[in-house]
Amino acid sequence: MTRTFLGMPATAPKGVGQLRGAEPFPAAARRALADAQLRRNLGHATATIRAKSGAVIGEVPDWEQLRAAGSAIKADVLARLPELLEQLEAQVTAAGGVVHWAADANEANAIVVDLVRATGSDRVIKVKSMATQEIGLNEAFESAGIVPVETDLAELIVQLGDDRPSHILVPAIHRNRAEIREIFLRAMPGVDPALTDEPAVLAAAARRFLRQAFLSTPVAVSGANFAVAETGTLAVVESEGNGRMCLTLPETLITVMGVEKVVPAWRDLDVFLQLLPRASTGERMNPYTSMWTGVTPGDGPQEFHLVLLDNGRSAVLADEVGRQALHCIRCSACLNVCPVYERTGGHAYGSVYPGPIGAVLSPQLTGVADNASLPYASSLCGACYDACPVKINIPELLVHLRDQAPHPPGESAVMAAAAYAMDHPALFAAAQRATRLRRLTGRRGQALPPPLSGWTAGRDLPDPPTQTFRQWWASR
Amino acid sequence: MTAREVILARLRAALDTAAPLPVEVPRDYRRDGPADLDRLVDRLTDYRAHVHQVAEAEVADTIAGIVPAAASIVVPPGLPPAWLPPTVTVLPDDDLDNARIAAADAVVTAAAVAIADTGTVVLDGSSDQGRRVLSLLPDLHICVVHTAQVVATVPAALARLTPRRPLTWISGPSATSDIELTRVEGVHGPRTLHVILLP
Amino acid sequence: MRIALFVTCLADTLFPEAAKATVRLLERLGHEVVFPPGQTCCGQMHVNTGYQAQAVPLVRRHARVFDPYDVIVAPSASCVGSVRHQHAMVARRAGDVRLASRAESVAGRTYELSELLVDVLGVTDVGAYFPHRVTYHPTCHALRMLRVGDRPVRLLRAVRGLDLVELPAAEQCCGFGGTFAVKNADTSTAMLADKMRHVLSTGADVCTAGDSSCLMHIGGGLSRLRSGVRTVHLAQILASTERDRAVHERAELVVRS
Repeated sequence: MTRTFLGMPATAPKGVGQLRGAEPFPAAARRALADAQLRRNLGHATATIRAKSGAVIGEVPDWEQLRAAGSAIKADVLARLPELLEQLEAQVTAAGGVVHWAADANEANAIVVDLVRATGSDRVIKVKSMATQEIGLNEAFESAGIVPVETDLAELIVQLGDDRPSHILVPAIHRNRAEIREIFLRAMPGVDPALTDEPAVLAAAARRFLRQAFLSTPVAVSGANFAVAETGTLAVVESEGNGRMCLTLPETLITVMGVEKVVPAWRDLDVFLQLLPRASTGERMNPYTSMWTGVTPGDGPQEFHLVLLDNGRSAVLADEVGRQALHCIRCSACLNVCPVYERTGGHAYGSVYPGPIGAVLSPQLTGVADNASLPYASSLCGACYDACPVKINIPELLVHLRDQAPHPPGESAVMAAAAYAMDHPALFAAAQRATRLRRLTGRRGQALPPPLSGWTAGRDLPDPPTQTFRQWWASR
Repeated sequence: MTAREVILARLRAALDTAAPLPVEVPRDYRRDGPADLDRLVDRLTDYRAHVHQVAEAEVADTIAGIVPAAASIVVPPGLPPAWLPPTVTVLPDDDLDNARIAAADAVVTAAAVAIADTGTVVLDGSSDQGRRVLSLLPDLHICVVHTAQVVATVPAALARLTPRRPLTWISGPSATSDIELTRVEGVHGPRTLHVILLP
Repeated sequence: MRIALFVTCLADTLFPEAAKATVRLLERLGHEVVFPPGQTCCGQMHVNTGYQAQAVPLVRRHARVFDPYDVIVAPSASCVGSVRHQHAMVARRAGDVRLASRAESVAGRTYELSELLVDVLGVTDVGAYFPHRVTYHPTCHALRMLRVGDRPVRLLRAVRGLDLVELPAAEQCCGFGGTFAVKNADTSTAMLADKMRHVLSTGADVCTAGDSSCLMHIGGGLSRLRSGVRTVHLAQILASTERDRAVHERAELVVRS
């Protein structure tokens, strides 16, 4: 490999991490749509978050100003990303931290595994982090003989259930209380066999189970919601206190962060600490936010490592339109308002990033060819754009990526023919008359041939009119 | 090339292919406002924190009313001793180990800032607040806030805080909504939060 | 006022009643309607399916055909949205700056029907009569792309004899989404099922909207269920008067038999 090639924007490598699904979206969605329990769980959960979030956003008179500021700060970050990362590195280093750079998932996993091995521990406690799921860090730990313990309740449910997360914020959104109780009874060591399915009882069981891990594990891995270049400060927002445990108790803390998470200045948190909780959990403020800068003598981990991850982000940055996907603050508001996500759930998207943002981020991180069905997993209804606290124009991005996606050859031919006819009014009129003659449709209600048959499976076609509008107009 | 050089070169190349325009960030959002104590109390209570508005001389009595008699209470080194009721066992933080902190009945700390809009108290590790672990492991956290520390908004709070101190923002007791979006107070952090609000 | 009708390929071919109603309504209000004959399709299907390059000639044709007119109306929020939010972008990506500015200029003069009536012509009571229980589905492109807001509802409220009932979860997409309904037919059907459930829960006998495409989708589903609920384009309701009601009903009997 030449130096020039190494320095060119690159997509995330295959064979590691969780950015690529095993099958196209429509096939995975079809299975999810048939799962009545899943549909009910998702419908209830997304409706609940929508209502909560709507109420607390309604309390903020300057919500639109905050969105505009958030969007502009993120655009500024991308425009100055290299210098901001260098500044962040200098500040973290000055505060006693060690900064590592990982060009892709393999490099990041190797760095983190080595750092954990250096502590001598064969177990690591983890705070929920999208970046470490993206790179498949848990699988890398397991291959290295290290046991990763997910400490977020939902991640624990997913881990014990040998399952995959299906939502950015509420990874076990697809499970209801009865299913969670069964998972705990089956897989949680030392669990009380009299466990009920009350959420408070289930949460208490997780508290008891994890307490010992928190107190005895010398190394933790976290992600980061924000990293302030100006001060070297990192921030993690959470609810349960598992984040505080992981960020406070171990001797060594390793934080893995996508390069786009940097923000220029302390005062930028003005904006994001208001946008994120209200857009994501629908709270005025999440119960706990931890901020730390390097190492504080006598308080918290005395060894701090920050791993800065590219893994395809440079390729996203290279696309002038597509780069706005890197504005994402992982609030998941777009999932909760998406009519497609609400019905299919997150697994159908294949990647750790589900929903509308996943449909535009995953294909860009991997290259569109590897996630070619995702940009089409949307009716372009636009609800995601309205909900996004940093104003990512997801419908525009979807359309942009569809233009880059590989197209089925048959479809390309039809589209070319249609475009040709539509640019030739006489041909267009002839095609219209063909429709009227029901050459395609046959009798009312009969099925169209593939690939249009999916439409007529559940809907009747309209009766073709006796004359087109332009025939009527000409006869007036 | 090191990974650092590779990544920085990639990012620069990405920006070279389509250079973004310089961005002006609009900052016309609300920075500050009246520090409304009623709002703070309302929002703390809404997120299941217990609020006590008392005079400073009544702090010890108030705490005595919250904790059981002879409770063991973890105390950061700079906490005013007058705040502690005589009935309790005080565990001053002279490098207490985690097991002892976890076994305590409660912790009492001061705070750096409180935010009315969001019902948040922020600890910054000053000597009356102590190491982060002190307010984390005990199941009951009692936090004493002066009115002068209350600000209206998140931006006003950030302006008062020192970034390089370890900061813990606390809005109610620990909670989860991971099971069917049903909010459960109390997971890993303190399951009960009392805020004593002084004039 | 002289108003150019951008009929849209779908209304022209499959739903001419919506377009004819637009003509009748505007003429009744005293305006002159012209039909520029070179028009075909705005190219939205190509853009939204990932064929922007093939949409360029359609954008060019649309801009050329409609450039001579000061006011252009379409009985479709979706197609107006394409003209307003996609045409200039498609031209710019194709490197045609002149076309982009021409497309922008045309877009600035192009209105969805309810926008034209309320904002440009300044009417909410168009003198219509439609004695039915009606529920209104705000299509995604009307609601979120054009932000037509309550304009259609204000127009409907002024229709004599019309009993307007609110549609639950109205802002949710019906699942059409152009080629989405084909490429993701199962998900689309699941969305449609919920939309139909909400429509049926209103007890309305007519579901209306400003887009024939979404109405084709919803109507196709309702018809398959033999639910008895009809879909009728907003323009057709606004064009209905007491005088032509008898004729209209007779025509409908013929169509539905």
